[in-house]
Amino acid sequence: MTPEELEQISESEHEAQGKFAHRVNVCVAAGCLSCQSQSVKDALDKDITRRGWEGRCQTKGVGCMGLCAEGPLVSTDNGTMYKGVTAADAPEILDSVESSPIERLLCPTDVPFFQRQKKIVLENSGIIDAERIEDYIGSLGYGALIKVLTEMTPPEVIQEVVKSGLRGRGGAGYPTGLKWSTVAKAAGPAKFIICNADEGDPGAFMDRSVLESDPHRVLEGMLIAAYAVGASEGFIYVRAEYPLAIKRLRTAIRQAERMGLLGTSICGTRFSFRIDLRLGAGAFVCGEETALIASVEGKRGTPRPRPPYPAQEGLFGEPTLINNVETFANISPIIRNGGDWYAKIGTEKSKGTKVFALAGRVQNTGLVEVPMGVTLREIVFEIGGGIPEGRKFKAVQTGGPSGGCLPAELLDMPVDYESLARAGSIMGSGGMIVMDESSCMVDVAKYFMDFCMTESCGKCVPCRVGTYQMHRLLESITQLEGTPKDVALLTELCDLLKNTSLCGLGQSAPNPVISTMRSFADEYKAHVEERRCPAGVCGNHRNSEEPA
Amino acid sequence: MRLATVWLDGCSGCHMSLLDLDERLLAVAEKADLVYSPLVDNKIFPEDVDITLVEGAVSNEEDLHKIRMVRERTRILVSLGDCAVTANVPGMRNPFLTSEVYDRAYRENVTFDPGIPNQVIPPLLPYSRPVHEIVPVDVFVPGCPPSADVIFYAVSELLEGRIPELSAKTRFGA
Amino acid sequence: MNRPAANIKTLKIDGRDVTARPEETILEVARQNNIFIPRLCELKGLSTVGACRLCLVEVKGSNRLLPACVTRVEEGMEVTTSSERLDGYRKAILELLFTERNHICSVCVSNAHCELQSLAQKLGITHVHFPYRYPVVAVDASHERFIVDHNRCILCSRCVRVCEEIEGAHTWDIMGRGIDALVITDLNQPWGSSESCTGCGKCVHVCPTGALSEKGRSVAEMLKRRQFLPYLTLMREDRE
Repeated sequence: MTPEELEQISESEHEAQGKFAHRVNVCVAAGCLSCQSQSVKDALDKDITRRGWEGRCQTKGVGCMGLCAEGPLVSTDNGTMYKGVTAADAPEILDSVESSPIERLLCPTDVPFFQRQKKIVLENSGIIDAERIEDYIGSLGYGALIKVLTEMTPPEVIQEVVKSGLRGRGGAGYPTGLKWSTVAKAAGPAKFIICNADEGDPGAFMDRSVLESDPHRVLEGMLIAAYAVGASEGFIYVRAEYPLAIKRLRTAIRQAERMGLLGTSICGTRFSFRIDLRLGAGAFVCGEETALIASVEGKRGTPRPRPPYPAQEGLFGEPTLINNVETFANISPIIRNGGDWYAKIGTEKSKGTKVFALAGRVQNTGLVEVPMGVTLREIVFEIGGGIPEGRKFKAVQTGGPSGGCLPAELLDMPVDYESLARAGSIMGSGGMIVMDESSCMVDVAKYFMDFCMTESCGKCVPCRVGTYQMHRLLESITQLEGTPKDVALLTELCDLLKNTSLCGLGQSAPNPVISTMRSFADEYKAHVEERRCPAGVCGNHRNSEEPA
Repeated sequence: MRLATVWLDGCSGCHMSLLDLDERLLAVAEKADLVYSPLVDNKIFPEDVDITLVEGAVSNEEDLHKIRMVRERTRILVSLGDCAVTANVPGMRNPFLTSEVYDRAYRENVTFDPGIPNQVIPPLLPYSRPVHEIVPVDVFVPGCPPSADVIFYAVSELLEGRIPELSAKTRFGA
Repeated sequence: MNRPAANIKTLKIDGRDVTARPEETILEVARQNNIFIPRLCELKGLSTVGACRLCLVEVKGSNRLLPACVTRVEEGMEVTTSSERLDGYRKAILELLFTERNHICSVCVSNAHCELQSLAQKLGITHVHFPYRYPVVAVDASHERFIVDHNRCILCSRCVRVCEEIEGAHTWDIMGRGIDALVITDLNQPWGSSESCTGCGKCVHVCPTGALSEKGRSVAEMLKRRQFLPYLTLMREDRE
């Protein structure tokens, strides 16, 4: 594959798609598929055949358009978007491509949900067909790979990533360029690239969506990373609960291999790289990099102390670069447009954009990509459309079970790594769960502690027994049987787990408790001193206040 | 000083160990009045006790009632021995349901007239628990039983108005 | 003479100047210098896992506590092995272990010879201030010579490691996750029916508590002999 050949594929793809007078895109990512978008697409195809429009109108199964709450989503080439489409709407939609839009199904796109987003990672989502490599190439795909292979040395590639200021999107926010250069400098007969697609936070579906909507982008990011650090083998560790993502990744790998973009002597250079999938068996802790490595090696998925870091001694004891799906998805635009371009987006220390999965008590649940530094208020109230049913906002939980609950007072805080950490939460992988006044924050803390207890691997004592004890204390408090002494024990265990647990799971397991204790201390107090749940969620409902 | 001892769910071994103080009991008696104990003939736990040594775990409703009353009337409450400190042997029933425990004790292992008594025997609590899980405890003397030397040391210190440091002298199971 | 300089690190542990080879861990160096650092999962002669978290120490310049058993020495390191904070954490971790299963010292075969028990005493634990858990766990006495009593297991994984690394049988492993984790023989078959177990008894003797014991031992009668372990590892190193 040469740059010219790539250009040719791109052109013929544009030509092929340009032949059609009209195009109707149907979202076939998991969210819309679950509300029968495949039958919508089938109905459209059938109706096209009926009309004899085969050469005139193309239907395309595309990735996520973001507004998952309103699925199935359909868009037409004149920029109209339809929501809640059913198979029966197919003829009407085809009628509309040559006349005025259908008011009944219209999903306005001039609203903040779409207007306030900035799409880099999701630039192709909802636009290209995830199962066709040609469509990806037609959208500048693999251009960055060809560029690094033909024009750049590995140190130059790393320099570009360093310049971009990109930080790990898996949660901790470690500078990606620094990680790459560490692995590049590490000596070893073999090096490995691992893509962490073991997305496990409750309510998080960013990586899933990227993999389902634009899998080649992740492969390209891994290829560029492999070239930069000198690796020849890579693994994608993807959870088995994502069958569609797995299927599309397999398809993508096969397609890339066939085109000579994966395998030996890629594009006629000495660079060789192959990618294998490894399926996670459902353990949350396998998202932790050392546990993930153990799992890829075929061992029990438990973490080990670091150092040595995977960059020095990782998979099979060799230097290993582990990045998250979204991190890899950022690479090709950075190479295409330059690190400086990327560094202009976002805040001083948190560059670029971040994809968030908006869930919970918010009008527009779905997937959004925003520049770093927008405020929580903008995300929840403008993009998210605020709280449904006229209820009052109470808190937003970021970072999954390792994160914290941020109260209304912090709504104007910019969303970046440092601000979130200062507020007692973390960026995490991008889950954002909005809660309204009907949620009891002690109950929320208990939910996350239950998650951590269940997902603790059991290797280290503080996490194994501590999460159990904390959960039991929270259970007795939410049953309105707790005492102030229980709250004191809870506080003690928070400190213990944070400082003595072996891996990130245990160290961050107290975060939901710590953050709710800080921002909603009065709720804890009401539970243990007055045996009353202000939100009316916990224990015996007779004890709680009647809603006004 | 007004000294008392209480016997909850335990084997009385701690009280035996206390009696093993032998002649040192006289030294204790010089400084303290034994105002209540299974070893003396006094049926009512008095008010204003300075030090109470508690043997045994809190296992049934009588224990529960008693320990609350004792705590109210005592200045320094001492958990004496592993049953009071950890629930120890009485706590070995805790993984099981009380119904299973009753069956085992009064039906399965009984040859003559098996049946669960419904009077005289106070009902079991769901768990047999260490004293400090029920009421605040000031001093812990682990051991099964704590030796006479350890008890003498602990009591002497308490009678001198000091809180004894016991971890160097005794431990769980000692 | 142009010999390469000996690569020796100097560091401070609890204010004392000590020297070490670069591959040594803080725990190893502390032990050589008779500085006590509590631990339960580490055992000389076995690989280290850093799981019990009792050997966490403070290292100047690091905002994290570091497990002494896996942390290599560094030049100029200043290590503190004991402080109010560390001791508090260690006590809490030990107490959590006491709450996790059903540890009844007074009726245990390992009473007076138990590492969990003696460590608790050494750290001044006279009672456990977290609630006990009282799980229902089994005793497996199917092996003709040994017993595993899960009531007394602290999941240190010494048995798993000695069986795999020294005996080479890998009879033991860990099943389940979190609070439900359990050491098992073969694929959770009764120990007595294990086809991989050689009956060597190494697991019994490295076990820090009474979880693994020889049959026929009564309360406080189970003495563990560990001398074989450094001896075996030394023999192997010599042969290599």
